[in-house]
Amino acid sequence: MTALTANFITDNGVTMIDGLATGVLLFVIALGLSLVFGVMDVLNLAHGAIYLLGAYVAVALLGGGTKMTLLAFGGAVLLAAIIGGFSGWGLSAMVRPVAHRGHLDQALLTLGIALVVSDLVAMKFGNDVRSIPAPAGLDGSATIFGQSYPVYRLVVIVVGGLLAVGALYVIERTRVGSLVRASVVDPQMVSALGVDTKRLVTGVFAAGAALAAAGGVIGGPILSAYPGLDNRVLLLGLVVVVIGGLGSVSGALVGALVIGQIETLGVSLLPDHASFLVFGAMGLVLLLRPQGLLGKKEATA
Amino acid sequence: MSAIGADLKIAGVEAGYGGSTVLTGVDLHVGAGETVTLLGRNGVGKTTLMSTVMGFINTQSGSIHVGDEDITGLPTHARARAGVAIVPQGRRVFAPLTVHNNLRIAEGKHSGEWSLERIYELMPRLRERRTNRGDQLSGGEQQMLAIGRALLLGPRVLLLDEPSDGLAPAIVQQVMGIVRELAQEGITVLLVEQDLRAAFSVADRVVVMEKGRIVHESTTEEFRSDAPRARRLLGVG
Repeated sequence: MTALTANFITDNGVTMIDGLATGVLLFVIALGLSLVFGVMDVLNLAHGAIYLLGAYVAVALLGGGTKMTLLAFGGAVLLAAIIGGFSGWGLSAMVRPVAHRGHLDQALLTLGIALVVSDLVAMKFGNDVRSIPAPAGLDGSATIFGQSYPVYRLVVIVVGGLLAVGALYVIERTRVGSLVRASVVDPQMVSALGVDTKRLVTGVFAAGAALAAAGGVIGGPILSAYPGLDNRVLLLGLVVVVIGGLGSVSGALVGALVIGQIETLGVSLLPDHASFLVFGAMGLVLLLRPQGLLGKKEATA
Repeated sequence: MSAIGADLKIAGVEAGYGGSTVLTGVDLHVGAGETVTLLGRNGVGKTTLMSTVMGFINTQSGSIHVGDEDITGLPTHARARAGVAIVPQGRRVFAPLTVHNNLRIAEGKHSGEWSLERIYELMPRLRERRTNRGDQLSGGEQQMLAIGRALLLGPRVLLLDEPSDGLAPAIVQQVMGIVRELAQEGITVLLVEQDLRAAFSVADRVVVMEKGRIVHESTTEEFRSDAPRARRLLGVG
């Protein structure tokens, strides 16, 4: 048994690490989606477009060069986060009028915004896949389980992991985080505590979008940048929140790590069924636990 | 006793849900530091009135003042800052948060003389349970938590909506003991209560609602002295 496990790990270890990198990245992206749904009851289908903006910030800063210095890359992450934050702030203002008009109106509005953004990006940068190389110094490879593995993805695990831990810390341990979690279950009662929940929601929207846009740069060397990437990211993000439970932070983390493994390990073990695995997993969760793995049955009305 | 409480003036207030009007013209004055209990049959609009004062429901006409401040058009959070706090029907403690965090998010500059420490002294049970989640508490503990949360807002007017609901008699007495202490602090209290004995034990004055308006006002003593009238007003045996 242990020999079997050991063999499994040597054979698939690299794939699993790859899955971890994907999972961590997905968490950074999906957190905003989950929290905005939780505190505002708004399904933000423009979330993928925000990620795309981030990815193209990296493309723009790369210019015609072959790769960025580490400092420039860090600057790109920061710039993308700022642009993402402002976009989220703007989005929350645009969405507010339809916040109480049901999910269909919200979906139409945010999807429309997403289409406009992605067309604008395509007009500016063209329809080609633009690769974003890992920054200088992080573009080498390391040997893991006897195989060569890109160092950058290990860095993604560390940086994304730190972002995830930071986000979890803010949500679980700080006063603002408590207010956000309280707003997920009873926003009206939070306003009765003298808290302007509109500002709170705007803040959550902006922070979530900043994370998604930063994710666009960080994920650049793995996923590249191309029109249509926004849909893929959005779809994966939605699957993550549905699996984890809408509005649940720890749920988003679990969902992201699960989908990360399914996207890599699952596809490697069951290549013939690759295209069904992610949605198969979502279907299974919906069948067995409609509220998501860590969602509360009555968490969202 | 002290200058903590502010008076609550409700004048000609009409309000309701959606298209319907539940409150059909409520006039009510609760003096600073006074404890008034609002009685009436189910569905006459008591909770609607509380929700309207807190701003959960918009007024269709009329005005609401706290002290000199007109809060009629203000959003809920601004009313809270003006000194209105609610212990709502069903308590509405934040289930995913610990007792400690439920209280901590209410604490701030506005807390005034109230502090987490003082809440824990007033209700030691909450200290014992401070690491438990809101949804792990008994009904009585949730009620204390909801009261503690409201007190940390440093309220000048406290709205209590059926604090005895679902509690064992001994716990009701305990909760009413706390309400009495708050009244002695000088906080203005408006109390909706089904448990008449509990209501009478704390209230200076009794106000009765019927079909969305106030139909009777008197001191508690006077109200209790006329049992047939009380029965007629409240429809109880």
